[in-house]
Amino acid sequence: MILQIGTYLLVEKFILISIVLAISLLVAMYSTYAERKVAAVIQDRRGPNRAGPFGILQPLADGAKLFFKEEIIPSHSTRFLFILGPSLAMLTACMTGAVIPWGDSLHLGGHVVPLQVADVNIGILFIFGVVSLGVYGIMIGAWASNNKFSLLGGIRAASQIISYELAMGLSLIALLMLTGSLSLNDIVRQQHGFWKNGYFTWNFFRQPIGFLIFLVCAFAECNRTPFDLAECENELVNGYHTEYSSMKLGFYLFAEYVNMFISSAVMATLFFGGFNFPFMDHLGLSANWITILGVVALFVKTGFFIFLFMWVRWTIPRFRYDQLMKLGWKMLIPLALLNMVVTGGAALFFNH
Amino acid sequence: MNWQLIIFWILAVIALLCAIGVVTSRNPINSVLFLIMTFFAIAGHYLLLNAQFLAVVHIIVYAGAIMVLFLFVIMLMNMNAETEPQKSQLVRFAGVISGGILLIVVLAALKKADPALMSGKSSDIGLISNLGQVLFHEFIVPFELSSVLFLSAMVGAVLIGKKN
Repeated sequence: MILQIGTYLLVEKFILISIVLAISLLVAMYSTYAERKVAAVIQDRRGPNRAGPFGILQPLADGAKLFFKEEIIPSHSTRFLFILGPSLAMLTACMTGAVIPWGDSLHLGGHVVPLQVADVNIGILFIFGVVSLGVYGIMIGAWASNNKFSLLGGIRAASQIISYELAMGLSLIALLMLTGSLSLNDIVRQQHGFWKNGYFTWNFFRQPIGFLIFLVCAFAECNRTPFDLAECENELVNGYHTEYSSMKLGFYLFAEYVNMFISSAVMATLFFGGFNFPFMDHLGLSANWITILGVVALFVKTGFFIFLFMWVRWTIPRFRYDQLMKLGWKMLIPLALLNMVVTGGAALFFNH
Repeated sequence: MNWQLIIFWILAVIALLCAIGVVTSRNPINSVLFLIMTFFAIAGHYLLLNAQFLAVVHIIVYAGAIMVLFLFVIMLMNMNAETEPQKSQLVRFAGVISGGILLIVVLAALKKADPALMSGKSSDIGLISNLGQVLFHEFIVPFELSSVLFLSAMVGAVLIGKKN
């Protein structure tokens, strides 16, 4: 059944997986550069401008620096788990890209190549599952460090991610009531074009509150400011990665940027039409060109959300821990429940 | 030997070894990590049975939520081999007996199982739309009853928490 696949398909998927992985890593790498530039603009500075023209070689320099730093494993740590922590963080960050439809199908000499690694009929749940595993990397690394600040950081991360996962799931349920499918490919195809039957096709215009809840929860799941309590410098030294150095620290930092890229892509896919763009049926171009433009459109939307992540980070101060819990449990979850009930009622009302 | 059988054996060996690891490891953190591995192996079995929804829900609920809470509590209380209290002989005896009783129940269930269901041919019962149809048509009353049970458990937990 599932394992009867041809060599051709295997090669095709292998190439696609390599490309998706390479692009995720590349985007994550340049997100670090973009983050510093955005911070510089917001704080009226110049930002990195020494390595190469406009400093565009800065990420390479940073990477090389991290690689050549001394690798320290604390003597009282649990060695195996200490190494497993950052590996898991990186692994779960890279896994989600598999179910995102990066574009429509390409027609290459008689073959139809879908630009999606795996079109599983439970795409959203897969993403949700992988995201819920992401916290293990942080928790295991934090515990294995054998340092009280790391442990506190890990515990904060765990309780925060569990709390915000609930609201995230509830906001997704409201969306799924409208789409009636868990497959990301179906959801993107339902949002074809931009305007149909006198209303926008993109899910954002049907689920604005759901999108806002999802956005806030995505910030929390990525451990980004204003939710970066797990690595809060002025309380916990450096949080869960206090004891880490060299590329293991690099993996933790890098996983955060990969997560940011993937969650931006998920938001663009679920709520902003994925690879669809306005007037896509009226350009008179061949299907392949539309597909390529669609990929570009998806990356533009993703880029905007990455910018939003950075914009928020450099403008909004960190929450206090009780405020974070209050926002999650007493505001977002009731709001998501209300949104779910209203959406269900509206769906019933308009269908009859 | 076809691929499915090979994968089945690999997953079965991983599941059994990790399950043994859960009960034998001295450190509770390692126990929890072994348990998570066991859940993953079982989710792999679900995938082999073409029950994708069950597999992913198994991961989300058990590995992603319940085990994180387990790990959370163990880390928060900082339990480890040195601080763990020595269990009395009576507790061990009770553990062996209850484990044996569970084994008998599982064996009885296996003996009564319908061999037609184990014939390896793929069925679509585990796909989400079919599962939804069954749950919300045929088994709607038990489904709703179990949700009420969960709600009462939640209320109970909140009440216990409020007391302090």
